[in-house]
Amino acid sequence: MPNLIKNGAIVTDDWTLLDADATDIPAGKVIAPLALWQARREMLEQRDHLGVWLDTDETADQLGADAQTLSLIAVNFPGFMDGRGFTTGRLLRERYGFSGELRAVGHFMRDQLCYLKRCGFTAFHFAEPVDLDAALQSLDDFTEYYQAGTDQPLPLFRRRA
Amino acid sequence: MYVYDEFDRRILTQRVQQFRGQTQRYLAGELKDNEFLPLRLQNGLYIQRLAPMLRVNVPYGMLNSTQLRKLAHIARFYDKGYCHVSTRQNIQFNWPELAEVPDILAELAEVEMHATQSSGNCIRNITSDQFAGVAEDEVIDPRPYCEIIRQWSSFHPEFAFLPRKFKIAVTGAAASDRAATQVHDIGLQVLDDPQRGVGFKVLVGGGLGRTPVIGSVIRDFLPEAHLLSYLEAILRIYNQFGRRDNKYKARIKILVRAMGPEAFAEKVETEWQQLKDGYSTLTQAEIDRAKHFFTRPAYEDIDAAAAAAQLQAQASEQRAFARWLERNTRGHRQPGYASVVLSLKPTGVAPGDVTDRQLEIIADLADRYSFGEARTTHEQNIVLADVKQADLPALWQAAKAAGFATPNIGTLTDMICCPGGDFCSLANAKSIPVAEAIQRQYDDMDYLYDLGDIDLNISGCMNACGHHHVGHIGILGVDKKGEEFYQVQLGGRSGTDAALGRVLGPSFGRLEVPAVIQKLLDVYVENRNGDEQFVDTYQRLGLEPFKERVYAKSH
Repeated sequence: MPNLIKNGAIVTDDWTLLDADATDIPAGKVIAPLALWQARREMLEQRDHLGVWLDTDETADQLGADAQTLSLIAVNFPGFMDGRGFTTGRLLRERYGFSGELRAVGHFMRDQLCYLKRCGFTAFHFAEPVDLDAALQSLDDFTEYYQAGTDQPLPLFRRRA
Repeated sequence: MYVYDEFDRRILTQRVQQFRGQTQRYLAGELKDNEFLPLRLQNGLYIQRLAPMLRVNVPYGMLNSTQLRKLAHIARFYDKGYCHVSTRQNIQFNWPELAEVPDILAELAEVEMHATQSSGNCIRNITSDQFAGVAEDEVIDPRPYCEIIRQWSSFHPEFAFLPRKFKIAVTGAAASDRAATQVHDIGLQVLDDPQRGVGFKVLVGGGLGRTPVIGSVIRDFLPEAHLLSYLEAILRIYNQFGRRDNKYKARIKILVRAMGPEAFAEKVETEWQQLKDGYSTLTQAEIDRAKHFFTRPAYEDIDAAAAAAQLQAQASEQRAFARWLERNTRGHRQPGYASVVLSLKPTGVAPGDVTDRQLEIIADLADRYSFGEARTTHEQNIVLADVKQADLPALWQAAKAAGFATPNIGTLTDMICCPGGDFCSLANAKSIPVAEAIQRQYDDMDYLYDLGDIDLNISGCMNACGHHHVGHIGILGVDKKGEEFYQVQLGGRSGTDAALGRVLGPSFGRLEVPAVIQKLLDVYVENRNGDEQFVDTYQRLGLEPFKERVYAKSH
């Protein structure tokens, strides 16, 4: 069943997100917690598709330039008031050159999609069931912005003219 | 004053539409209370003790007459006919209907106003000096930088869900700081350095609230071009590492204190080196664009000596006018002009409250006497910044008729006072009745003038919206087993020599407060040297003589 917003469309997720304390790694496309990836990196890197997820208190610096070796990075939002993941997204994109799928997972809300998009997120997997068709509309709550973002590196003052 | 272009209008229109949709979803039961909470807060809407409260931003205190008339209309049509000037220069409406708030925001957008990020865990309204651009002691007009920061911080995608609220103040007159930059999350002092050009001294981690702290300087000189990237670096460190486990430990001051200001500054510096010289570096064109909105109005060439002589003659004829002139007007960098403070502190009115009709009168006075502009102050008054001295007698008469001419600016009865327990659901105690009791006790203007400048600040709880820590006399409402008590502090200052007050001793019941104030004043009057101010006498004598007098057993 379609359960993921990805690149502005509703699709069926084909990745498996492993729990923080997972030890078994199933076949297929998995998103490993950071600690598991660090512990079993050589083995995991043999895979064609590899994702890693960062918890909210894990920073982009902990992946650093290794981010570029991954197909997908997910950032967990334990609650919608916890905005650390917004910075994580920007740093992965702007500082560490990550160009794969950047996915928000957990308890963020629909009304944050536009800002998440501006911070580099391209996929959104809600922990709770939401009306994804309705949520899609929030991606474009704003179409013009004052400051730079990953979607628009030029702040408005450089484009105003 | 800043004027919106098509971009500003489009962004604000989209915001209003976004919030309209969110409100509809909430009213339809599609958004839970806790989900709607951050959304409404970031649009200025609190749920208060009796009704919602809508806080409208007044960017760095600037208002034009069109905006004043719109605020009057909103007060009349959507509220109970009045509003309140807050201690961060904003305007608060106490009785709007939730369902009508999107309409109010749409009306505000028509006059280039908004309630964006006026509350919530995000970057709040930028505050500044109410005499920006006209003060004789100003180095650089801070308002263009305030506007640049306003735009950068509005709808900033990365910093909308910070650990806690975030307040920035900017002054262009660091030697006489009227913006309280030392008690803000970030304080910026604009400098004009002969070698390095225009830039900022950057303070971080100041604040009032439960844990009052004077900010630490983390950078002596930041060239103006790097303003935004440096702010971004500070915010980014805070967003990642500020505490989120305890809301009372979540302000940036706690992080700065935990790391130490030097270590914090280093971390910011490292982050900034990555951001520096990127696209967010301000261009000269952008700085010039911002500055051209804040040029000098079309002042007349005036013979200043003649104007002063005429004013002197008028003042000597009318004592009441002379008093008003002395307390409620101040000097101006333009010869023949003055700035006028309209007092929102007449006895019997909650400090900072203003009615719909009064807002319209202010708009008319601004149009007639001050190039159509007015300013709100963090002391909760209104300033007409550019008044010809020759117009002062007429303005005084008009202000008197409208109730704005109480000649008490800077005196004991020009109190800073939060809405307190009458309105606010956070408050532990009422503050307005305390203010009123003190005003009623001190209705003798001769005595007030003899006391001179005294900042008396009242907060109804430790969140300190009434800035009690930085009042020369601070009063804090506390709750003791369900009863309201008031703690008194002495020696706070909010200006360039910012200091936090010290607690006098055990707290008092509400009815005791005026008598306590009288004892403090008696100690001052008996001990002052010449025209020494209250706070200076306190500094010289220390807490002890005040304490002894107040807590002495009466026999």
